[in-house]
Amino acid sequence: MTADLTAGIAELGRRLRAGDVTAVELADAALGRVEQVDGELHAFLARTPELARESAAAADAAIRAGNADALAGVPMAVKDVLCLEGVETTAGSKILKGFVPPYTATTVARALAAGAVPVGKTNCDEFAMGSSNENSAYGPVRNPWDLGRVPGGSSGGSAAAVAAGAVAWAFGTDTGGSIRQPAALCGIVGLKPTYGRTSRYGLIAFASSLDHVGCFTRTVADSATVLQAIAGHDPMDSTSSRHPVDDYAAALGGGVKGLRLGVPREYFVEGMEAGVSDAVRAAIAALEKEGAEIVDVSLPRTDYGVAIYYIIAPAEASSNLARMDGVRFGHSAPDAKTVIDQYMRARAEGFGPEVRRRIMIGTYALSSGYYDAYYVKAQKARTLVRQDFDAAFEKVDALVCATSPTVAFELGAKTQDPIAMYLNDVLTIPADLAGVPAISIPCGFSEGLPVGLQVIGPAFREDVVFRVAATYEGITDWSSRVPPLAEAVA
Amino acid sequence: MKLTAEEVRKVAHLARLGLPDEDLEALSTELTRILDYVDKVGELDTEAIPPTAQVGDVVEAFREDEVGASIGTDAAIANAPASERPYIRVAAMQE
Repeated sequence: MTADLTAGIAELGRRLRAGDVTAVELADAALGRVEQVDGELHAFLARTPELARESAAAADAAIRAGNADALAGVPMAVKDVLCLEGVETTAGSKILKGFVPPYTATTVARALAAGAVPVGKTNCDEFAMGSSNENSAYGPVRNPWDLGRVPGGSSGGSAAAVAAGAVAWAFGTDTGGSIRQPAALCGIVGLKPTYGRTSRYGLIAFASSLDHVGCFTRTVADSATVLQAIAGHDPMDSTSSRHPVDDYAAALGGGVKGLRLGVPREYFVEGMEAGVSDAVRAAIAALEKEGAEIVDVSLPRTDYGVAIYYIIAPAEASSNLARMDGVRFGHSAPDAKTVIDQYMRARAEGFGPEVRRRIMIGTYALSSGYYDAYYVKAQKARTLVRQDFDAAFEKVDALVCATSPTVAFELGAKTQDPIAMYLNDVLTIPADLAGVPAISIPCGFSEGLPVGLQVIGPAFREDVVFRVAATYEGITDWSSRVPPLAEAVA
Repeated sequence: MKLTAEEVRKVAHLARLGLPDEDLEALSTELTRILDYVDKVGELDTEAIPPTAQVGDVVEAFREDEVGASIGTDAAIANAPASERPYIRVAAMQE
Protein backbone atom coordinates (compact mmCIF):
# COMPACT_ATOMS: atom_id res chain seq x y z
CA MET A 1 0.00 0.00 0.00
CA THR A 2 1.33 3.44 -0.92
CA ALA A 3 0.70 4.94 2.53
CA ASP A 4 2.09 2.00 4.54
CA LEU A 5 4.52 3.74 6.89
CA THR A 6 6.51 0.56 7.55
CA ALA A 7 7.96 1.18 4.08
CA GLY A 8 10.45 3.61 5.66
CA ILE A 9 11.85 7.01 4.71
CA ALA A 10 13.66 6.14 1.46
CA GLU A 11 10.73 4.24 -0.07
CA LEU A 12 8.12 6.78 1.05
CA GLY A 13 10.31 9.56 -0.33
CA ARG A 14 10.47 7.76 -3.67
CA ARG A 15 6.65 7.41 -3.74
CA LEU A 16 6.24 11.07 -2.82
CA ARG A 17 8.58 12.26 -5.57
CA ALA A 18 6.91 9.89 -8.07
CA GLY A 19 3.55 11.42 -7.22
CA ASP A 20 2.07 8.07 -6.02
CA VAL A 21 1.07 9.69 -2.75
CA THR A 22 1.12 13.19 -1.26
CA ALA A 23 2.60 14.25 2.06
CA VAL A 24 -0.84 15.35 3.24
CA GLU A 25 -2.17 11.86 2.48
CA LEU A 26 0.74 10.32 4.38
CA ALA A 27 0.14 12.64 7.34
CA ASP A 28 -3.53 11.65 7.42
CA ALA A 29 -2.58 7.98 7.14
CA ALA A 30 -0.18 8.36 10.07
CA LEU A 31 -2.71 10.23 12.20
CA GLY A 32 -5.33 7.61 11.36
CA ARG A 33 -2.95 4.83 12.30
CA VAL A 34 -2.10 6.48 15.60
CA GLU A 35 -5.84 6.64 16.27
CA GLN A 36 -6.21 2.94 15.41
CA VAL A 37 -3.32 1.49 17.39
CA ASP A 38 -2.67 3.89 20.23
CA GLY A 39 -5.57 2.80 22.39
CA GLU A 40 -3.61 -0.43 22.84
CA LEU A 41 -0.02 0.82 22.59
CA HIS A 42 -0.20 4.15 24.43
CA ALA A 43 2.87 5.27 22.52
CA PHE A 44 1.79 8.92 22.24
CA LEU A 45 1.42 11.59 24.91
CA ALA A 46 0.37 14.33 22.49
CA ARG A 47 -0.82 14.39 18.90
CA THR A 48 -0.12 17.33 16.58
CA PRO A 49 -2.57 17.01 13.67
CA GLU A 50 -2.49 20.70 12.72
CA LEU A 51 1.29 20.90 12.75
CA ALA A 52 1.44 17.63 10.78
CA ARG A 53 -0.92 18.83 8.04
CA GLU A 54 0.78 22.22 7.86
CA SER A 55 4.25 20.63 7.56
CA ALA A 56 2.90 18.13 5.03
CA ALA A 57 1.40 20.86 2.87
CA ALA A 58 4.75 22.67 2.89
CA ALA A 59 6.51 19.41 1.99
CA ASP A 60 4.10 18.80 -0.89
CA ALA A 61 4.89 22.27 -2.23
CA ALA A 62 8.63 21.60 -1.97
CA ILE A 63 8.23 18.23 -3.69
CA ARG A 64 6.27 19.81 -6.53
CA ALA A 65 8.93 22.51 -6.85
CA GLY A 66 11.62 19.83 -6.99
CA ASN A 67 13.58 21.13 -4.00
CA ALA A 68 12.47 18.74 -1.26
CA ASP A 69 14.97 17.56 1.36
CA ALA A 70 15.54 13.94 2.36
CA LEU A 71 12.96 13.84 5.16
CA ALA A 72 10.32 15.84 3.27
CA GLY A 73 6.75 14.72 3.72
CA VAL A 74 7.56 11.68 5.83
CA PRO A 75 5.57 11.35 9.09
CA MET A 76 7.60 11.03 12.27
CA ALA A 77 7.32 11.46 16.04
CA VAL A 78 9.36 13.19 18.74
CA LYS A 79 10.20 11.68 22.12
CA ASP A 80 8.64 13.81 24.81
CA VAL A 81 11.98 14.83 26.32
CA LEU A 82 12.74 17.00 23.26
CA CYS A 83 11.18 20.44 23.13
CA LEU A 84 8.85 21.31 20.29
CA GLU A 85 7.73 24.94 20.40
CA GLY A 86 4.06 25.36 21.21
CA VAL A 87 3.46 21.65 21.95
CA GLU A 88 3.14 20.36 25.52
CA THR A 89 6.40 18.63 26.51
CA THR A 90 6.34 16.66 29.76
CA ALA A 91 9.31 14.26 29.67
CA GLY A 92 6.80 11.67 30.90
CA SER A 93 6.59 13.48 34.23
CA LYS A 94 3.72 14.97 36.17
CA ILE A 95 5.98 17.79 37.29
CA LEU A 96 6.03 19.14 33.71
CA LYS A 97 2.35 18.61 32.98
CA GLY A 98 1.19 21.63 30.97
CA PHE A 99 4.70 22.84 30.13
CA VAL A 100 4.70 24.36 26.64
CA PRO A 101 8.26 25.10 25.51
CA PRO A 102 8.93 28.48 23.91
CA TYR A 103 11.56 27.00 21.55
CA THR A 104 12.36 23.84 19.61
CA ALA A 105 15.31 21.50 20.20
CA THR A 106 18.04 21.93 17.57
CA THR A 107 17.85 18.35 16.31
CA VAL A 108 14.07 18.58 15.96
CA ALA A 109 14.33 21.97 14.25
CA ARG A 110 16.83 20.51 11.77
CA ALA A 111 14.49 17.60 11.00
CA LEU A 112 11.60 20.01 10.50
CA ALA A 113 13.77 22.17 8.24
CA ALA A 114 14.45 19.02 6.19
CA GLY A 115 10.71 18.61 5.71
CA ALA A 116 9.84 16.09 8.44
CA VAL A 117 6.14 15.88 9.37
CA PRO A 118 5.65 15.54 13.15
CA VAL A 119 2.45 13.74 14.19
CA GLY A 120 3.04 13.78 17.94
CA LYS A 121 5.14 13.47 21.08
CA THR A 122 5.93 9.97 22.28
CA ASN A 123 5.61 8.43 25.71
CA CYS A 124 8.76 7.61 27.66
CA ASP A 125 10.01 6.77 31.12
CA GLU A 126 9.88 9.82 33.37
CA PHE A 127 12.87 12.04 32.48
CA ALA A 128 14.13 9.09 30.40
CA MET A 129 14.88 7.10 33.55
CA GLY A 130 13.95 3.49 32.92
CA SER A 131 14.33 0.44 30.72
CA SER A 132 10.72 -0.62 30.27
CA ASN A 133 8.67 2.56 29.88
CA GLU A 134 6.81 1.59 33.05
CA ASN A 135 8.15 4.70 34.81
CA SER A 136 6.08 7.09 32.69
CA ALA A 137 3.75 9.12 34.90
CA TYR A 138 1.16 8.71 32.16
CA GLY A 139 1.15 4.92 32.08
CA PRO A 140 3.25 2.33 30.25
CA VAL A 141 3.68 1.74 26.52
CA ARG A 142 3.02 -1.77 25.23
CA ASN A 143 5.14 -3.76 22.81
CA PRO A 144 3.46 -4.10 19.38
CA TRP A 145 4.80 -7.68 19.11
CA ASP A 146 3.06 -8.72 22.32
CA LEU A 147 0.80 -6.31 24.17
CA GLY A 148 1.52 -8.05 27.47
CA ARG A 149 5.18 -7.10 27.21
CA VAL A 150 7.22 -3.93 27.57
CA PRO A 151 8.64 -2.10 24.53
CA GLY A 152 11.86 -1.34 26.42
CA GLY A 153 12.83 2.11 27.56
CA SER A 154 13.22 4.82 28.03
CA SER A 155 12.25 5.72 24.43
CA GLY A 156 9.55 3.02 24.39
CA GLY A 157 6.84 5.15 22.79
CA SER A 158 9.07 6.10 19.85
CA ALA A 159 10.12 2.46 19.31
CA ALA A 160 6.56 1.13 19.51
CA ALA A 161 5.26 3.85 17.17
CA VAL A 162 7.82 2.98 14.48
CA ALA A 163 7.44 -0.80 14.93
CA ALA A 164 3.65 -0.52 14.66
CA GLY A 165 3.85 1.55 11.47
CA ALA A 166 2.29 4.64 13.04
CA VAL A 167 5.24 6.75 11.85
CA ALA A 168 8.17 6.08 9.54
CA TRP A 169 10.76 7.20 12.07
CA ALA A 170 11.06 8.81 15.49
CA PHE A 171 13.46 10.69 17.68
CA GLY A 172 14.88 8.96 20.73
CA THR A 173 17.49 9.74 23.35
CA ASP A 174 20.04 7.35 24.80
CA THR A 175 21.74 7.88 28.17
CA GLY A 176 22.24 4.25 29.17
CA GLY A 177 20.67 2.40 26.25
CA SER A 178 17.33 4.18 25.86
CA ILE A 179 17.40 4.04 22.04
CA ARG A 180 19.17 0.74 21.38
CA GLN A 181 17.38 -1.44 23.95
CA PRO A 182 13.82 -0.50 22.86
CA ALA A 183 14.90 -0.80 19.20
CA ALA A 184 16.04 -4.35 19.95
CA LEU A 185 12.89 -5.23 21.89
CA CYS A 186 10.62 -3.80 19.15
CA GLY A 187 12.53 -5.22 16.15
CA ILE A 188 13.66 -1.98 14.50
CA VAL A 189 16.85 0.05 13.94
CA GLY A 190 18.01 2.37 16.74
CA LEU A 191 21.05 4.66 16.49
CA LYS A 192 22.97 6.38 19.26
CA PRO A 193 25.59 8.62 17.63
CA THR A 194 28.92 9.70 19.10
CA TYR A 195 28.64 12.05 22.11
CA GLY A 196 28.55 15.59 20.75
CA ARG A 197 27.64 14.50 17.20
CA THR A 198 24.05 15.70 17.73
CA SER A 199 23.08 18.79 19.71
CA ARG A 200 21.48 18.48 23.14
CA TYR A 201 19.98 21.98 23.00
CA GLY A 202 16.28 21.68 23.79
CA LEU A 203 16.66 18.20 25.24
CA ILE A 204 15.37 18.13 28.81
CA ALA A 205 18.60 17.13 30.54
CA PHE A 206 18.89 13.86 32.45
CA ALA A 207 22.67 13.26 32.65
CA SER A 208 24.48 15.82 30.53
CA SER A 209 27.73 13.91 30.01
CA LEU A 210 25.79 10.83 28.89
CA ASP A 211 22.76 12.17 27.00
CA HIS A 212 22.72 11.47 23.25
CA VAL A 213 20.00 12.34 20.70
CA GLY A 214 19.41 9.71 18.01
CA CYS A 215 16.68 7.98 16.05
CA PHE A 216 14.53 4.94 15.40
CA THR A 217 14.02 3.86 11.79
CA ARG A 218 13.05 0.75 9.85
CA THR A 219 16.31 0.50 7.91
CA VAL A 220 19.98 1.35 8.32
CA ALA A 221 19.85 3.62 5.25
CA ASP A 222 17.01 5.57 6.87
CA SER A 223 19.08 5.90 10.04
CA ALA A 224 21.92 7.38 7.98
CA THR A 225 19.47 9.79 6.31
CA VAL A 226 18.16 11.05 9.67
CA LEU A 227 21.64 11.45 11.17
CA GLN A 228 22.77 13.36 8.09
CA ALA A 229 19.92 15.81 8.63
CA ILE A 230 20.32 16.34 12.38
CA ALA A 231 24.09 16.02 13.03
CA GLY A 232 26.63 18.79 13.29
CA HIS A 233 27.87 21.61 15.46
CA ASP A 234 25.37 23.78 17.29
CA PRO A 235 26.51 27.00 18.98
CA MET A 236 23.69 26.49 21.53
CA ASP A 237 25.32 23.30 22.89
CA SER A 238 28.88 23.91 24.05
CA THR A 239 29.61 20.16 24.01
CA SER A 240 28.51 19.73 20.40
CA SER A 241 31.42 18.81 18.18
CA ARG A 242 32.94 20.67 15.23
CA HIS A 243 34.19 17.38 13.81
CA PRO A 244 33.12 17.29 10.12
CA VAL A 245 29.92 15.34 9.40
CA ASP A 246 30.64 12.43 7.04
CA ASP A 247 28.58 11.46 4.01
CA TYR A 248 26.80 8.56 5.67
CA ALA A 249 24.90 7.32 2.62
CA ALA A 250 28.23 6.82 0.87
CA ALA A 251 29.31 4.41 3.62
CA LEU A 252 26.36 2.05 3.27
CA GLY A 253 27.45 -0.03 0.29
CA GLY A 254 31.02 -0.74 1.36
CA GLY A 255 30.52 -4.30 2.59
CA VAL A 256 32.57 -5.84 5.38
CA LYS A 257 35.29 -7.52 3.36
CA GLY A 258 38.59 -6.67 5.00
CA LEU A 259 36.99 -5.23 8.13
CA ARG A 260 38.05 -6.58 11.49
CA LEU A 261 35.04 -7.07 13.76
CA GLY A 262 35.65 -7.67 17.45
CA VAL A 263 33.40 -9.87 19.54
CA PRO A 264 33.77 -8.76 23.16
CA ARG A 265 33.76 -11.98 25.15
CA GLU A 266 32.33 -10.27 28.25
CA TYR A 267 29.18 -9.37 26.29
CA PHE A 268 27.83 -12.91 26.39
CA VAL A 269 26.82 -12.23 29.97
CA GLU A 270 25.52 -14.60 32.58
CA GLY A 271 21.74 -14.63 32.38
CA MET A 272 21.64 -13.98 28.64
CA GLU A 273 18.79 -15.89 27.04
CA ALA A 274 19.88 -18.75 24.79
CA GLY A 275 17.63 -17.48 21.99
CA VAL A 276 19.41 -14.13 22.10
CA SER A 277 22.95 -15.51 22.10
CA ASP A 278 22.06 -17.99 19.30
CA ALA A 279 20.66 -15.20 17.10
CA VAL A 280 23.66 -12.94 17.76
CA ARG A 281 26.21 -15.72 17.11
CA ALA A 282 24.40 -16.55 13.85
CA ALA A 283 24.57 -12.87 12.84
CA ILE A 284 28.30 -12.75 13.59
CA ALA A 285 28.80 -15.93 11.51
CA ALA A 286 26.87 -14.31 8.66
CA LEU A 287 29.16 -11.25 8.77
CA GLU A 288 32.19 -13.57 8.71
CA LYS A 289 30.76 -15.25 5.62
CA GLU A 290 30.52 -11.79 4.01
CA GLY A 291 34.26 -11.42 4.41
CA ALA A 292 34.72 -9.79 7.80
CA GLU A 293 37.52 -11.05 10.00
CA ILE A 294 36.03 -11.96 13.37
CA VAL A 295 38.37 -11.26 16.28
CA ASP A 296 37.94 -12.24 19.91
CA VAL A 297 38.43 -9.14 22.09
CA SER A 298 38.09 -8.28 25.75
CA LEU A 299 36.47 -5.26 27.39
CA PRO A 300 37.48 -6.26 30.91
CA ARG A 301 35.54 -3.52 32.78
CA THR A 302 32.17 -4.40 31.19
CA ASP A 303 30.86 -5.87 34.42
CA TYR A 304 31.39 -2.54 36.20
CA GLY A 305 29.52 -0.40 33.70
CA VAL A 306 26.12 -0.53 35.38
CA ALA A 307 27.57 0.36 38.79
CA ILE A 308 29.61 3.26 37.36
CA TYR A 309 26.56 4.50 35.49
CA TYR A 310 24.30 4.38 38.55
CA ILE A 311 26.62 6.76 40.34
CA ILE A 312 27.38 9.22 37.52
CA ALA A 313 23.92 9.40 35.91
CA PRO A 314 22.01 10.00 39.19
CA ALA A 315 24.65 12.52 40.30
CA GLU A 316 24.19 14.54 37.13
CA ALA A 317 20.42 14.06 37.26
CA SER A 318 20.19 15.33 40.84
CA SER A 319 21.83 18.54 39.67
CA ASN A 320 19.92 18.87 36.36
CA LEU A 321 16.56 18.20 37.96
CA ALA A 322 17.09 20.93 40.54
CA ARG A 323 15.49 23.25 37.98
CA MET A 324 12.20 21.38 38.44
CA ASP A 325 11.20 23.57 41.37
CA GLY A 326 7.77 24.90 40.44
CA VAL A 327 9.00 28.48 39.99
CA ARG A 328 9.59 29.17 36.28
CA PHE A 329 7.53 26.23 35.00
CA GLY A 330 5.90 23.00 36.04
CA HIS A 331 3.93 21.78 39.00
CA SER A 332 3.97 24.04 42.06
CA ALA A 333 2.53 24.14 45.54
CA PRO A 334 0.83 27.55 45.39
CA ASP A 335 -0.25 27.72 49.05
CA ALA A 336 3.24 27.00 50.43
CA LYS A 337 4.33 29.54 53.07
CA THR A 338 8.00 29.73 52.12
CA VAL A 339 9.94 29.12 48.94
CA ILE A 340 11.80 26.11 50.43
CA ASP A 341 8.49 24.57 51.48
CA GLN A 342 7.23 25.22 47.95
CA TYR A 343 10.23 23.37 46.44
CA MET A 344 9.87 20.42 48.81
CA ARG A 345 6.17 19.97 48.12
CA ALA A 346 6.20 20.62 44.37
CA ARG A 347 8.97 18.06 43.95
CA ALA A 348 7.39 15.51 46.30
CA GLU A 349 4.13 15.72 44.38
CA GLY A 350 5.63 15.99 40.92
CA PHE A 351 8.30 13.27 40.75
CA GLY A 352 7.60 9.54 40.46
CA PRO A 353 9.34 6.85 42.56
CA GLU A 354 12.25 6.09 40.18
CA VAL A 355 13.13 9.75 39.67
CA ARG A 356 12.99 10.25 43.43
CA ARG A 357 15.32 7.27 43.95
CA ARG A 358 17.84 8.64 41.46
CA ILE A 359 17.77 12.16 42.84
CA MET A 360 18.40 10.68 46.30
CA ILE A 361 21.28 8.44 45.11
CA GLY A 362 22.80 11.31 43.15
CA THR A 363 22.53 13.78 45.99
CA TYR A 364 24.05 11.25 48.37
CA ALA A 365 26.93 10.50 45.97
CA LEU A 366 27.69 14.23 45.65
CA SER A 367 27.30 15.06 49.33
CA SER A 368 30.13 16.04 51.61
CA GLY A 369 32.00 12.95 52.83
CA TYR A 370 30.84 10.71 49.97
CA TYR A 371 31.88 12.75 46.91
CA ASP A 372 35.31 11.14 46.55
CA ALA A 373 34.21 7.63 47.45
CA TYR A 374 31.35 7.58 44.97
CA TYR A 375 31.41 10.34 42.37
CA VAL A 376 35.14 10.79 41.80
CA LYS A 377 35.70 7.05 42.06
CA ALA A 378 33.06 6.44 39.37
CA GLN A 379 34.59 9.12 37.14
CA LYS A 380 37.96 7.38 37.40
CA ALA A 381 36.36 4.03 36.68
CA ARG A 382 34.71 5.64 33.65
CA THR A 383 38.21 6.38 32.34
CA LEU A 384 38.97 2.66 32.57
CA VAL A 385 35.86 1.84 30.52
CA ARG A 386 37.00 4.30 27.86
CA GLN A 387 40.46 2.72 27.88
CA ASP A 388 38.83 -0.68 27.27
CA PHE A 389 37.22 0.67 24.09
CA ASP A 390 40.40 2.50 23.02
CA ALA A 391 42.40 -0.72 23.35
CA ALA A 392 39.78 -2.74 21.45
CA PHE A 393 39.62 -0.24 18.61
CA GLU A 394 43.38 -0.48 18.16
CA LYS A 395 42.77 -4.08 17.08
CA VAL A 396 39.39 -3.94 15.35
CA ASP A 397 37.26 -1.61 13.21
CA ALA A 398 34.02 -2.21 15.10
CA LEU A 399 32.50 -4.41 17.79
CA VAL A 400 29.52 -6.73 17.28
CA CYS A 401 27.47 -8.10 20.15
CA ALA A 402 23.94 -8.35 21.54
CA THR A 403 22.01 -5.19 22.42
CA SER A 404 20.00 -6.63 25.30
CA PRO A 405 20.52 -9.91 27.15
CA THR A 406 16.81 -10.72 26.89
CA VAL A 407 13.88 -10.25 24.57
CA ALA A 408 10.96 -8.06 25.69
CA PHE A 409 9.80 -9.06 29.17
CA GLU A 410 6.31 -8.97 30.63
CA LEU A 411 4.89 -5.80 32.09
CA GLY A 412 5.44 -5.75 35.84
CA ALA A 413 8.16 -8.43 35.74
CA LYS A 414 10.92 -6.15 37.05
CA THR A 415 9.16 -3.16 38.57
CA GLN A 416 9.67 -4.34 42.14
CA ASP A 417 13.42 -4.78 41.74
CA PRO A 418 15.35 -1.67 40.62
CA ILE A 419 18.66 -3.57 40.32
CA ALA A 420 17.15 -6.23 38.01
CA MET A 421 15.75 -3.41 35.88
CA TYR A 422 19.13 -1.60 35.81
CA LEU A 423 20.89 -4.78 34.64
CA ASN A 424 18.87 -4.73 31.39
CA ASP A 425 21.30 -2.08 30.25
CA VAL A 426 24.53 -3.98 30.94
CA LEU A 427 25.36 -4.23 27.20
CA THR A 428 24.36 -0.69 26.23
CA ILE A 429 25.70 1.43 29.12
CA PRO A 430 29.43 1.07 28.26
CA ALA A 431 29.04 2.82 24.87
CA ASP A 432 27.32 5.73 26.65
CA LEU A 433 30.07 5.94 29.25
CA ALA A 434 32.68 6.02 26.45
CA GLY A 435 30.59 8.24 24.16
CA VAL A 436 31.16 5.97 21.14
CA PRO A 437 28.53 5.43 18.41
CA ALA A 438 26.39 2.29 18.41
CA ILE A 439 23.40 0.93 16.55
CA SER A 440 20.94 -1.87 17.21
CA ILE A 441 19.49 -3.71 14.22
CA PRO A 442 17.09 -6.66 14.07
CA CYS A 443 18.89 -10.04 13.91
CA GLY A 444 16.14 -12.59 14.37
CA PHE A 445 13.55 -13.78 16.82
CA SER A 446 13.48 -15.78 20.01
CA GLU A 447 10.15 -17.25 21.01
CA GLY A 448 8.44 -14.94 18.53
CA LEU A 449 10.05 -11.77 19.91
CA PRO A 450 12.70 -9.63 18.19
CA VAL A 451 16.41 -9.82 19.02
CA GLY A 452 18.83 -6.95 18.40
CA LEU A 453 22.41 -7.03 17.13
CA GLN A 454 24.56 -4.16 18.37
CA VAL A 455 27.39 -2.65 16.31
CA ILE A 456 29.71 -0.29 18.18
CA GLY A 457 32.34 1.87 16.47
CA PRO A 458 35.11 4.29 17.45
CA ALA A 459 34.16 7.94 18.13
CA PHE A 460 32.88 9.72 15.00
CA ARG A 461 32.99 6.51 12.96
CA GLU A 462 29.25 6.26 12.40
CA ASP A 463 30.22 5.47 8.81
CA VAL A 464 31.77 2.16 9.91
CA VAL A 465 28.81 1.37 12.17
CA PHE A 466 26.40 1.98 9.27
CA ARG A 467 28.56 -0.02 6.88
CA VAL A 468 28.56 -3.13 9.09
CA ALA A 469 24.87 -2.79 9.95
CA ALA A 470 23.82 -2.23 6.32
CA THR A 471 25.81 -5.26 5.20
CA TYR A 472 24.06 -7.51 7.70
CA GLU A 473 20.67 -6.00 6.92
CA GLY A 474 21.27 -6.61 3.22
CA ILE A 475 21.75 -10.36 3.62
CA THR A 476 18.70 -10.92 5.86
CA ASP A 477 15.06 -9.91 5.75
CA TRP A 478 14.55 -9.20 9.46
CA SER A 479 13.95 -5.50 8.93
CA SER A 480 10.97 -6.23 6.68
CA ARG A 481 9.18 -8.14 9.46
CA VAL A 482 6.34 -6.21 11.04
CA PRO A 483 4.24 -7.17 14.06
CA PRO A 484 0.71 -8.52 13.43
CA LEU A 485 -0.64 -5.22 14.76
CA ALA A 486 1.04 -3.31 11.89
CA GLU A 487 -0.12 -5.85 9.31
CA ALA A 488 -3.68 -5.46 10.56
CA VAL A 489 -3.74 -1.73 9.91
CA ALA A 490 -1.63 -1.65 6.75
CA MET B 1 25.62 -0.68 55.69
CA LYS B 2 22.00 0.35 55.85
CA LEU B 3 21.19 4.04 55.50
CA THR B 4 19.38 5.27 58.57
CA ALA B 5 16.06 7.10 58.40
CA GLU B 6 17.95 10.18 59.63
CA GLU B 7 20.46 9.99 56.76
CA VAL B 8 17.65 9.57 54.23
CA ARG B 9 15.87 12.57 55.70
CA LYS B 10 19.07 14.64 55.51
CA VAL B 11 19.72 13.72 51.85
CA ALA B 12 16.08 14.48 50.98
CA HIS B 13 16.47 17.90 52.53
CA LEU B 14 19.67 18.54 50.54
CA ALA B 15 17.73 17.54 47.41
CA ARG B 16 14.78 19.78 48.43
CA LEU B 17 12.58 16.75 48.16
CA GLY B 18 9.64 16.45 50.51
CA LEU B 19 9.43 12.94 51.92
CA PRO B 20 6.38 11.56 53.74
CA ASP B 21 7.39 9.78 56.98
CA GLU B 22 5.68 6.59 55.84
CA ASP B 23 8.07 6.34 52.85
CA LEU B 24 11.27 6.62 54.92
CA GLU B 25 11.74 2.97 55.81
CA ALA B 26 11.07 1.58 52.31
CA LEU B 27 13.24 4.24 50.69
CA SER B 28 16.19 3.61 53.01
CA THR B 29 16.00 -0.11 52.14
CA GLU B 30 15.87 0.61 48.39
CA LEU B 31 18.68 3.16 48.49
CA THR B 32 20.82 0.84 50.60
CA ARG B 33 20.41 -1.95 48.03
CA ILE B 34 21.42 0.39 45.21
CA LEU B 35 24.43 1.70 47.14
CA ASP B 36 25.48 -1.88 47.97
CA TYR B 37 25.36 -2.66 44.27
CA VAL B 38 27.31 0.41 43.11
CA ASP B 39 29.93 -0.22 45.81
CA LYS B 40 31.24 -2.75 43.28
CA VAL B 41 33.11 0.16 41.67
CA GLY B 42 35.38 0.10 44.73
CA GLU B 43 36.90 -3.19 43.50
CA LEU B 44 38.62 -1.34 40.63
CA ASP B 45 42.14 -0.03 41.16
CA THR B 46 41.93 3.62 40.11
CA GLU B 47 45.03 4.81 41.97
CA ALA B 48 46.78 6.47 38.98
CA ILE B 49 43.69 6.98 36.82
CA PRO B 50 42.44 10.49 36.02
CA PRO B 51 38.68 11.08 36.27
CA THR B 52 36.50 11.45 33.16
CA ALA B 53 33.97 14.28 33.36
CA GLN B 54 33.35 14.65 29.62
CA VAL B 55 33.80 12.26 26.70
CA GLY B 56 33.31 14.77 23.88
CA ASP B 57 36.07 16.28 21.76
CA VAL B 58 35.30 19.85 22.85
CA VAL B 59 37.80 21.21 25.33
CA GLU B 60 36.73 24.84 25.51
CA ALA B 61 33.82 26.40 23.64
CA PHE B 62 34.24 30.13 23.21
CA ARG B 63 32.12 32.54 21.23
CA GLU B 64 31.89 36.28 20.82
CA ASP B 65 29.88 37.91 23.59
CA GLU B 66 27.27 39.41 21.33
CA VAL B 67 23.66 40.28 21.97
CA GLY B 68 21.44 37.96 19.95
CA ALA B 69 17.76 37.26 19.53
CA SER B 70 15.90 36.09 22.63
CA ILE B 71 12.45 34.72 23.29
CA GLY B 72 11.26 37.86 25.10
CA THR B 73 9.64 38.40 28.47
CA ASP B 74 6.14 37.12 27.70
CA ALA B 75 7.34 33.77 26.35
CA ALA B 76 9.90 33.48 29.14
CA ILE B 77 7.33 33.80 31.90
CA ALA B 78 4.42 32.11 30.11
CA ASN B 79 5.02 28.79 31.88
CA ALA B 80 5.48 30.25 35.36
CA PRO B 81 2.81 29.05 37.80
CA ALA B 82 2.54 32.58 39.21
CA SER B 83 3.72 35.78 37.56
CA GLU B 84 3.18 39.51 37.43
CA ARG B 85 4.69 40.78 34.22
CA PRO B 86 7.66 41.18 33.94
CA TYR B 87 8.23 39.18 37.14
CA ILE B 88 7.79 35.63 38.34
CA ARG B 89 6.06 35.45 41.70
CA VAL B 90 7.56 33.19 44.37
CA ALA B 91 6.69 32.41 47.98
CA ALA B 92 8.41 34.36 50.75
CA MET B 93 12.01 33.42 51.51
CA GLN B 94 11.15 33.38 55.23
CA GLU B 95 7.91 33.05 57.12
